[in-house]
Amino acid sequence: MSILVNKDTRLVVQGITGKTGTFHTQQCIEYGTKVVAGVTPGKGGQMWEDKVPVCNTVAEAVKEHGANASVIYVPPAFAADSILEAIEAEIPLVICITEGVPVRDMAEVRRRLEFNDTKTRLIGPNCPGIITPGECKIGIMPGYIHKPGRVGVISRSGTLTYEAVWQLTQSGHGQSTCIGIGGDPINGTSQLDAIRMLNDDPDTDAIIMIGEIGGSAEEEACAYIKENVKKPVAGFIAGASAPKGRTMGHAGAIVSASGAGTAEAKFAAMGEAGVSIARNPSEIADALLRIYKG
Amino acid sequence: MNIHEYQAKHLLHEYGVPVPRGYAATNSHEVETALSHLDGDMIVVKAQIHAGGRGKGTFTDGYKGGVKVVKTPEAAREAANHMLDNTLVTAQTGPEGRKVQTLYLTEGCDIEHEYYLAIVLDRETAQSVIIASTEGGMDIEEVADKTPEKLIRVPVCPTMGLRNHQCRQVAFALGFKADQVKQFAGILSGVYKMFWEKNAMLVEINPLVTDKNGNLSALDAKVSFDGNAIFQHPDIEKLRDLNEEDPKEIEASKHDLAYIALDGDIACMVNGAGLAMATMDIIQSFGGSPANFLDVGGGANEEQVTAAFKIILSDPNVKGILVNIFGGIMKCDVIANGIVAAAKNVDMTVPLVVRLEGTNVEAGKKILRESGVALTPADSLAQAAEIIVEQVQSPS
Repeated sequence: MSILVNKDTRLVVQGITGKTGTFHTQQCIEYGTKVVAGVTPGKGGQMWEDKVPVCNTVAEAVKEHGANASVIYVPPAFAADSILEAIEAEIPLVICITEGVPVRDMAEVRRRLEFNDTKTRLIGPNCPGIITPGECKIGIMPGYIHKPGRVGVISRSGTLTYEAVWQLTQSGHGQSTCIGIGGDPINGTSQLDAIRMLNDDPDTDAIIMIGEIGGSAEEEACAYIKENVKKPVAGFIAGASAPKGRTMGHAGAIVSASGAGTAEAKFAAMGEAGVSIARNPSEIADALLRIYKG
Repeated sequence: MNIHEYQAKHLLHEYGVPVPRGYAATNSHEVETALSHLDGDMIVVKAQIHAGGRGKGTFTDGYKGGVKVVKTPEAAREAANHMLDNTLVTAQTGPEGRKVQTLYLTEGCDIEHEYYLAIVLDRETAQSVIIASTEGGMDIEEVADKTPEKLIRVPVCPTMGLRNHQCRQVAFALGFKADQVKQFAGILSGVYKMFWEKNAMLVEINPLVTDKNGNLSALDAKVSFDGNAIFQHPDIEKLRDLNEEDPKEIEASKHDLAYIALDGDIACMVNGAGLAMATMDIIQSFGGSPANFLDVGGGANEEQVTAAFKIILSDPNVKGILVNIFGGIMKCDVIANGIVAAAKNVDMTVPLVVRLEGTNVEAGKKILRESGVALTPADSLAQAAEIIVEQVQSPS
């Protein structure tokens, strides 16, 4: 089993008729994900690739096709609006893949997520998505590198997550659920949120947390781990060699001019919380296997 | 994206924030025009670079100070002559400094008191926060460190926006009285409006001053914008000063490559920002020094990889290249063909180590081995880093 997504997840793809949406929807269907509908305003009533009905609105996809998760591939200028539409349609899980969403838009989205009547969890934006191996893949990660199992993986990065997952798979350890929370400064699900969920999941035995420089999401997660998590946790932070004051590709990956958000501080928090530290990105699985036999 | 002080002040002025009268100048002719418009017995000549600490900076020829307060047009002219096209080194520029290509000449101000006022987008709470202090004119981080009680922080809800009572709250906390409360509230609401409408990440006025008559004005200003939102603001995009950016970074942005120049000698080319950072880290952990950050993105094609090689090789410090690609949906054999074609397109003058992993990795490695291109394939990231560091540090 897993968290958030499984074989019963019914996915709607917002932006299904675009180039990116089309390509990754094909990949997800091949993996076995149940894609029940797509949304492209103005193209409602059409069939995408003769397979998936297209709706004008997310509400329609929920009502007509029973969608209970949404993935968003729309361009950055429209991404926040798409997220808000999915929230209004009360979709329980929304995954926004789009990179380059204005931060101000995300500040507004986050406030909407905090409303008492909100039924949605948002993952992303600027993330690879979420996968429960063997059951459901939502996003742009290569499915075949994963293997069903009992290690949960959380990460702010895409390819670096694949790297860690590949190391696990090659060492014979499968994954329960892998969540890419995204590289933006303001996102829907934090490291802490994801740690909590994996800690509460009876089918996850161990956790890998991959962080990056910038912000304090890893420190907050570590404070929680120290007090509450008995499962073995291993971690890595990317960006120890990054200079101050420069944004390293991901909008959220920046050590401020005053020196806040360094890899050193995050590694220290991990050490404090008893997390097994990979000092080197090629040893992420090894760091877990030092404390977890599987 | 950052802009110059003079551009920030023009914007603030448009939003009703009082700023001293001033004119930008890029040559001696424009300096004369500026001086002809300025009267009064105080003129301030300010070097315009995207870095702080200008007043305490030193030019590479020994001339001290990137901000000069003078009494006569002659003295202003002399200061301007020293600064223009000279290179200013400050605590924030690094030892190489920045060439000063624009000056800002403003009227002076009889300062009674200096305050600090800023609005930042706080990532932890996902809202903007007003930060103010009576201790203006100094480094705000120092104030936060030594006298945190003097820092006023008021969060602003992104959906409610800034309200009048919050403006008054900050004004009273700063000790303003009577008419000044109203003046300050007007300034703060203008600053917030600009911050929000233009998708700024930071608007900082340091100092905001009162003069002998009790009037407030913004004496210095720093503004940076959300790069993700620039497409919505063509007026702001026009303010971009390419002189302030590394030419390699400008070239990279034309090819949709995320490139940041660093000062080491081992270049890297990676897909994905997190893996690109991790690759720099592993080079460093093996005793090497990364020459750049470079993310070629998820769907890097031959054209982009060629452009990336050219940009990397245009850095004279580069003594070796590490390519690290995790082929996911983009398969390793396709990537290998791209790397081989690109490597044949450029004059590869330094050792090249390529590490591929992921989909079709064996086919990819075979293509690399049989390509005839002088490169070393590596099996793991650690091995790749070890080889390139070795090749750069002890060339055979």
